Amino acid sequence: MDRPRGQASIEQLLAAKEIVVTCGSGGVGKTTTAAALAAMAAARHGGKVLVLTVDPARRLADALGVQALGNDARRVPASAFVDAGHPARGELWAAQLDTKQSWDDLVREHAPDRRTARRILDNKLYENISGRFVQSHEYIAMERLYDLHNEGSYDLIVVDTPPTRNALDFLEAPERMAEFFSSRFLRVLTAPARSRVVSFASKPFFTVADRVLGSQFLQDIAEFFSLFQTMAPGFVERANAVSRLLRDNRTTYVVVSTLEAAPLHEAEVFVEAITAKGFHLGAVVLNRVLPSYLLDERAGLAAGVLADDPSAATAALANGTGDEAQVARVLTEIAESFLRFQVVAQREAEQRSELSVATDVVAPVPYFETDICDLAGLLRLGEQLWT
Amino acid sequence: MSKSAVRATTAGWASAPPSRTVGDLLDRKLLLVTGKGGVGKTTVAASLALLASQRGMRTLACEVDAKGSLASVFETGPTSFAEREVQPRLWAMTMDTEASLKEYLALQLRIPVATRIGPLARMFDFVATAAPGVREILTIGKLAYEVRQGRYDLVVVDGAATGHVVGQLAAPQAINELVQVGIVREQTRWMLDILSDPAQTGMVIVATPDEMPVNETIELAARLRSETTVDLAAVVVNRVLPELFGRGEEAIFERLAHPDALADLRKAVGDDVGPIVDAARLAVTLRRTRAGHIERLRADVDPAVPMLYVPYLFLRSHGLRATHQVSEALAAELGY
Repeated sequence: MDRPRGQASIEQLLAAKEIVVTCGSGGVGKTTTAAALAAMAAARHGGKVLVLTVDPARRLADALGVQALGNDARRVPASAFVDAGHPARGELWAAQLDTKQSWDDLVREHAPDRRTARRILDNKLYENISGRFVQSHEYIAMERLYDLHNEGSYDLIVVDTPPTRNALDFLEAPERMAEFFSSRFLRVLTAPARSRVVSFASKPFFTVADRVLGSQFLQDIAEFFSLFQTMAPGFVERANAVSRLLRDNRTTYVVVSTLEAAPLHEAEVFVEAITAKGFHLGAVVLNRVLPSYLLDERAGLAAGVLADDPSAATAALANGTGDEAQVARVLTEIAESFLRFQVVAQREAEQRSELSVATDVVAPVPYFETDICDLAGLLRLGEQLWT
Repeated sequence: MSKSAVRATTAGWASAPPSRTVGDLLDRKLLLVTGKGGVGKTTVAASLALLASQRGMRTLACEVDAKGSLASVFETGPTSFAEREVQPRLWAMTMDTEASLKEYLALQLRIPVATRIGPLARMFDFVATAAPGVREILTIGKLAYEVRQGRYDLVVVDGAATGHVVGQLAAPQAINELVQVGIVREQTRWMLDILSDPAQTGMVIVATPDEMPVNETIELAARLRSETTVDLAAVVVNRVLPELFGRGEEAIFERLAHPDALADLRKAVGDDVGPIVDAARLAVTLRRTRAGHIERLRADVDPAVPMLYVPYLFLRSHGLRATHQVSEALAAELGY
């Protein structure tokens, strides 16, 4: 593969950057890839490496063999690396984003006083915002990343992104949070609770909202936002800092995909968005690529012959292979199976050749025949990515 | 469909017969299809809708996130909030919460859509950014509305992914708890009634026989039970690999794979057969790993929930042809 510029392999990328953000559509192996990258970096480069997963599912804990992951990072024991056959030069730590906990911390930090913090935390609406609904994930994920980076405890942080409905959600989350606090609507909405003066422009909204939601709920909303607004200065400053970190040169993005049509399409959207925002696109990882021997033309011809008429092949085999009819059936079966897989492998090869990305590093990872469910598996995957 | 692909669906995983017949799946009014990303959720939702329409039912297929996947599996132009007939008796639409709000306001409050709705919609959009469940309620509300109107025999929803779906379903309940008076409270009541009625509404979880999709399916099945009132109607196991060998044939394969036998074969066929044997080994290993996940899935999901098996499709693309094939496989599983 041509590697003309400086950052030319995943190995170098992980050695040079401080934050690696993996992104891609759901089900492509994003979390596993993030964990594998972090495990390899800890094993080979040394230093303190953290992998942060923001996915509600507890899959990272599964793969790392850490019983439960919480907001507090836990170290994957050095003995686990030894057991996996790769004694590590550095340390691997893992943490999972606890959305509710992180929101609570953020409120405590930015509320003007403890009483206001308490009132926000006790508000019914707040509970829904911080815990139950998915949109709150994206911002808090990036915010937590910022926090961890600022702590300065890690040499490298690999962060896995939440499955978003829209590829750009988490990239834009900090900007949207800042916009939210400076919004005209927020001022209008919180006005009635403060002064009971409703401007002409917002009157229709309140008339309708009153009938739809009831005035009590509307007051609840207004009160909540009034409280929330007290945090605006700190929040806006923070959101802007998070934005800066995302576009910082020390931060790189790894887009993960498989060679199926839908995830690949989404990967291209990610690549475009990352490039358009001026973020650093580090690599594209293509998971579950079928083995190249499936594209072997001569094997394809042989399979065609066997599938059509296995009699010559059956006759050619020395005695002792088994009952002739059964041997013929097995030959037909494996030949047909080869041809079926070849169709998929050809489709994938075509998809791959059509993929045009603005990065030097495109790392294909073969289809693992068994699941990756432990550190040894992660390191096996990591080695594929390394080279 | 090839012989062995059919065998994949009847390989004896369906252990104890489910207590209710699977055929009644399409008798419900609202099927919410969910699944982890990448398992073929959209294709299964589209195939269920296609199957229903082919059986003479007026069917609406609705995509909840505006990714345009529904349009691609039906190989039709972009879908929008206004439903469009894409196959005989089959209409497709894309959820749009703003359009849903407009429709709602026009219907409930008799507010003329043309006037004043612009700033109003923007205002609601703002509230929806922060206030809980507003978007969710507009989505669920539209779906429940279509069920109540009865213009369709069946509404099939290509829904939110497993990680999001409980939050979405909990929205009417959450709003119901938060809002004490007002039209919304009355509205959430009948929505909850429709969602909670197993005769009308059913959830369909799609999984592939891989570790994480199976874990998430088991987790979601438990959460549906403990956190929502929605009935789990079926689990669809997608992309089941065919079984290559029957009893005793594996031993024959091992003898075939011996270097001496391979040399004989190469001479007879005149070309390299090594990759064919390697590919067979890959196929066997993949199927074996997956069979373990299917067994785990069956063991950990309520035995009363039917499980439908759809074979892996070795196709060139994922368009209408794949949708038709999945639909045929589902029909066979449903006993049609």
